[in-house]
Amino acid sequence: MRELCARITAVLIRLCARFITSVRAVWAGVEPVGRQRVYFANHASHGDFILVWTCLPPRLRRDARPVAGADYWLASPLKRWLIRDVFDAVLIDRDPATRREDPIAAMGAALDDGASLILFPEGTRNPGGEHLQPFKSGLYHLAAAHPRIELVPVWIANLNRVMPKGEVVPIPLICTVTFGAPLWLAAGEAKADFLARAAGALAELAPEPKEEGR
Amino acid sequence: MTTMHPDLITLLAGIGGLLVVASLIGYGLQRRYSPRGDHDVIENLNARIRAWWIMVVLMALAFLGGKSGVVILFAFASFSALREFITLASARRADHWALATAFFVVVPVQYALIWSEYYGVYSIFIPVYAFLLLPIIATLRGDSRDFLVRIAEVQWALMICVFCVSHVPALLSLEIPGFEGRNVLLIAFLIVVVQLSDVLQYVWGKLCGRRKIAPRLSPSKTVEGFLGGVVSATAIGAGLAWMTPFGVWAAAGLALMIALLGFCGGLVMSAIKRDRGIKDWGHLIEGHGGFIDRLDSVVFAAPIFFHVVRYGWSLS
Repeated sequence: MRELCARITAVLIRLCARFITSVRAVWAGVEPVGRQRVYFANHASHGDFILVWTCLPPRLRRDARPVAGADYWLASPLKRWLIRDVFDAVLIDRDPATRREDPIAAMGAALDDGASLILFPEGTRNPGGEHLQPFKSGLYHLAAAHPRIELVPVWIANLNRVMPKGEVVPIPLICTVTFGAPLWLAAGEAKADFLARAAGALAELAPEPKEEGR
Repeated sequence: MTTMHPDLITLLAGIGGLLVVASLIGYGLQRRYSPRGDHDVIENLNARIRAWWIMVVLMALAFLGGKSGVVILFAFASFSALREFITLASARRADHWALATAFFVVVPVQYALIWSEYYGVYSIFIPVYAFLLLPIIATLRGDSRDFLVRIAEVQWALMICVFCVSHVPALLSLEIPGFEGRNVLLIAFLIVVVQLSDVLQYVWGKLCGRRKIAPRLSPSKTVEGFLGGVVSATAIGAGLAWMTPFGVWAAAGLALMIALLGFCGGLVMSAIKRDRGIKDWGHLIEGHGGFIDRLDSVVFAAPIFFHVVRYGWSLS
């Protein structure tokens, strides 16, 4: 019963996401095949992982688990149910001072189980949306611990306009989700170099910035 | 659920037959000239034929659903067209509530008015009430940067995507003596003439197009294509007089008007696309543009056709 509820909710959420954003997946650097991957994307809105998750074909979607901040998602029973039962997320505690479990260990355990991850290395939502915030180091640690898993950059375009931080009603606008070519940690590559390279690969997928008004 | 009028069934069967022939030709051309899917013109043609199939099936379903079906179909078309238009607009954070109102209030209200056949209100609801209300909402956050541009874009978007499109289902509310229960045929007449005019302009242009008619706006449109398409569409309109309340000459005249407005609509929408540096409005059907790309010619013809028929033939 609980499972059926979660399934129906998942379908409804995807329909809603399509109704609002008419989202289109662009497979620019990888094919949508069932390989274990870490999808890392730019983060502008709470809807980000929903959009990536909606874009994945059903077989890939079943194995893809978003990584989400426990502080936000465990705050109410409804959110808790959504994030655990509907999205089957890997919850991580973003506050290093109070956390009991290491986020890298939690993500690594999910990868060991054979899941793919949807990850936002910027950590928090980016209000501007144009330039990426510096990446947190989690992506590097995952790449080092799981050297064979493909790290796929994913650019989500326009969703920051659909639902900017602080708004409650979404505005229907067309969004695209672009999947770029995968990358791996090179032998002996330093953490800062790798994170810069990953951020560069992600930023390259962004569409040309449009002139504002005139 | 309404039963279909025999004339409508004849028309749908005719269109179905045409599409079958078109699909066969498209398939043959593809086998012969584009077996690996690399001939742009043929691939484009086949994509268009597929889109027409979808369009015809949707229209037939909507007609089967009667007035509610048609109103709902066009309400969704308006919503999707508006979504494409606003995606390209330079709206800012401060426009959030104005835009939300446009999508979730103006669109449903306009179509509810159309459904209840409230002519006196639906013909002014957007150009008077929405046009005054939305700028008021936009001022609430006190951001004046590009204010006129932002307001103008949203108003033009509503005009094109909602007000004009809603005049297609509004044709159902006309009361024409001796034509009761057959109003869906007016919609069919409008759409068939506009679409065939588009197609025939394309075909004539490909066959004998030499001189470009608007090289800076729409480089694929030619004088020969324009003349050939408009003349053939006028002839087709005259040939469809049997399913309309118009005589043969009036049907030809209305078809000429529809084809000319459709052509101009296409030009205006191309100018907007050029300005924004895009080729298509959206990606509704893969490789085939968006809703507005399919609707642009209908959009300009619908309200004028509605009013001419209303003044010339209708009681109310």
